[in-house]
Amino acid sequence: MGAFNVYMTGVGGQGIGLLSEILLRAADHAGHTVKGVDTHGLAQRGGIVVSSLRYGDKIYSPLISEGEADVVIGLERHEALRGMNGYLKDGGILIYYNTVWQPLETRLDIAEEVSEEIIHQQCLERNIREIKVFQADLKDVRMQNIVVLGYIDKYELIPGIKTNHYQQAMVDLMTGSMLEKNMSLFDQERTQTSHLS
Amino acid sequence: MSPAMTAEPERFNIKGNISMKQIGEMLLRKMSFSEIVMGNTALVRGMIEAGTRVVTSYPGSPTPEIAEAIKSIPKDERPFYFEFSTNEKVATEVAYGAAVNGHLATVFFKSVGLNVAADTFVQLNHMNIIGGMVIVLGDDPGANSSQNEQDNLHYAYLSYTPLFEPSTPNEIYTFYKEAAKLATKMKMPVILRLTTHVCHAKEKVIFDAWQPLEFDQTPRFDPENGPYVPIAAEVFPMKAKALKKLEEVAIEMNRSVLNRLFNNGNKARGIITMGLPFLSLMEALINAEEKPDILKLGCVYPLPQKMIKEFLQNHKEVKLIEELDNVIEKEIKALAYDEQIHTKIIGKMDIADWIGEYTPDKVYHMLRKTWPDLLPEKRPNKKNFPYVPQRPPQMCPGCGHRSAFHAIKKALENTDITVADIGCHTLGFLPPYKMGELLMCMGASTGIASGLSLFNDSRKVVAFLGDSTFFHAGLPGIINAIFNKHNITLILMENGTTAMTGHQDHAASGRNFNELTDKIPVRKVFEGLGVKHIYEIDTYQQNKLTELVKQAIEDKGFSVVIARHPCMLKFTREQRSKPGFQARRVEIDQMKCKRIYECIEKFACPTFTRNDDGNIEINTDLCIGDGSCLQTCPATAITPPEIV
Repeated sequence: MGAFNVYMTGVGGQGIGLLSEILLRAADHAGHTVKGVDTHGLAQRGGIVVSSLRYGDKIYSPLISEGEADVVIGLERHEALRGMNGYLKDGGILIYYNTVWQPLETRLDIAEEVSEEIIHQQCLERNIREIKVFQADLKDVRMQNIVVLGYIDKYELIPGIKTNHYQQAMVDLMTGSMLEKNMSLFDQERTQTSHLS
Repeated sequence: MSPAMTAEPERFNIKGNISMKQIGEMLLRKMSFSEIVMGNTALVRGMIEAGTRVVTSYPGSPTPEIAEAIKSIPKDERPFYFEFSTNEKVATEVAYGAAVNGHLATVFFKSVGLNVAADTFVQLNHMNIIGGMVIVLGDDPGANSSQNEQDNLHYAYLSYTPLFEPSTPNEIYTFYKEAAKLATKMKMPVILRLTTHVCHAKEKVIFDAWQPLEFDQTPRFDPENGPYVPIAAEVFPMKAKALKKLEEVAIEMNRSVLNRLFNNGNKARGIITMGLPFLSLMEALINAEEKPDILKLGCVYPLPQKMIKEFLQNHKEVKLIEELDNVIEKEIKALAYDEQIHTKIIGKMDIADWIGEYTPDKVYHMLRKTWPDLLPEKRPNKKNFPYVPQRPPQMCPGCGHRSAFHAIKKALENTDITVADIGCHTLGFLPPYKMGELLMCMGASTGIASGLSLFNDSRKVVAFLGDSTFFHAGLPGIINAIFNKHNITLILMENGTTAMTGHQDHAASGRNFNELTDKIPVRKVFEGLGVKHIYEIDTYQQNKLTELVKQAIEDKGFSVVIARHPCMLKFTREQRSKPGFQARRVEIDQMKCKRIYECIEKFACPTFTRNDDGNIEINTDLCIGDGSCLQTCPATAITPPEIV
């Protein structure tokens, strides 16, 4: 099997680190040889955080080449488009959490906010499967990553990785009430469709 | 889930790794095992297995996760002593001191940290380091989190210090053990050079069993093992000894298992490479019909000359894929000249080859530039995609530095000059603040400001400095400004932590890596140094801060404003983890809002969001309810923080 590439992106503070670690360990539990790397630069918070995950028989670099991601996961709308522009294959899959953390240029009124329509148009033009996720009543914004994870599982967006692999990975990474909260949210999201648009 | 389990403290490492307690347990496991870890974590297991006794550091990306992995081991169970020292030079000295007492020691820090440590570092190989010493460097090709992308291989040559370079987390672990072995055997320093995406790469690493050793605590320092005083007549014999050691190591490097030959039966083309670029190369060649032979260097200095000579002789053309500078290129070309080898050696071809990380994309492009027939052209991937607004890193919501810059800007004329230092406050150079128009390196702001004040009565000069940097390298510049009576104002941006690198404690925190300790209060240091004009204020008091800065810049000589506010990222995280925590938020009263846009365009907290209709709203994901924005609204349209 060739490499399967998952490119994750969001804004510092959104929980890309946990999401990428869950996917990495889930891929391992599924028996894949896997590599990953986070790139967070200076961003404690507010900058772009990117993480890559690659699995398959022939994986050398943890880095994904431009235009070679099979799936782009965006935790924020602008970063979803940025990640898609740079890394997603035509015909690939985009899943993004439809929240907006306005970038500096938008707040300073220099550039326009990226709209859902622009992304939708791009997906049509490039034959990209688009999955847009949002949960209005989410108590803790830092759990948006788990909502996305639920839909990744529901639609089996990452081939060969099954529900129990994600669950096992979550058990590896969390304990106590944190595990409980995240697990129940994951189970809730992967079994329902109401937040999809 | 049982109640007993939910009552346990929650464990989750923000950086994304298996939970901290599990890492601690794993690192001390006696049995052989395998686990998915990042390179920085794998390194710590290498330290433990090698019998390292003293480890020191100063925080800097890409290395702080090494300390996080160390911290996951309870202090009493740690097989070695660890400290964050005040700077990289001191850290190197502490490690050296321990090593000449007979303990295997390791110091780690980021790329530019070696510049700070250099004065001590360049001497190390002149010494008989009886315990052995490994220097772990986190270089940063691509300048992900550094002010340059310097190639620290140069320092290996400068100091006659062997250098190993791994490509993967598995190799970090094994190469460290090899480096420790060599350092102990030869009683010398050895460099393990890592780069950002090798430090942070994650993969399953296979770890050996660990047999804890009984350590001899005896302080074994003996001047007879020396000389340890490189003065006058001693210098030449010490240097000769260092060079002799290096010669011995050079011979061994030809036999080292760290260098690997990938024989693809290609007599025409060969490639010499190392580190992360090796992975990029393998990636680029996956679909190549013709695969060049590859010599992957693990020992990069001194080079395994015999191996390289044979490799050159066996190929018509050899391409060097060497990230950053052309250090081995020059040596390999010189070797070919000396040995009268006529192989075509292709090194760097243009300026682009000197710049940036050698990612798979970059290496693919370089290979095509070198041998156009080797690989097919990739489809151009940049089409006319829609523009996405830039997202530079930002100060966090509630950050005290934001209030500070907003207030300080009002105290200064446009023509006044502001000098930044390293830290979160560096981000003040971005719009809309544009505060801190020059930046060099740790602790440089005061000295640069002093120079800017010479022959200058018309433009005020203000320097910024963080509190961790104050202790790191800020003091000499400050003392110089006092001593030489420079007419500048220093604004000490005190947030109580080393925020940018992940909240490590410093000398004024009241805690070191291992225990509580007496604070060294910054104000008392200034007083002790005889600074006459010292002002102190919480940065949320923006109007008062503006007034104090106005006053300070009028003071003759060196004046200091301590602009204080705790790091709100750290504070908020701590609050959230407490029972009964209640989130707070401000709101915009749309009836009162006059669309002056002071909040979003001048104060510019990322919480403020511009709607299509021009209304300003609060981003509820981001607002922490600190309320520092209230005072910035001329229409008083921001309502005080309320529990949500």
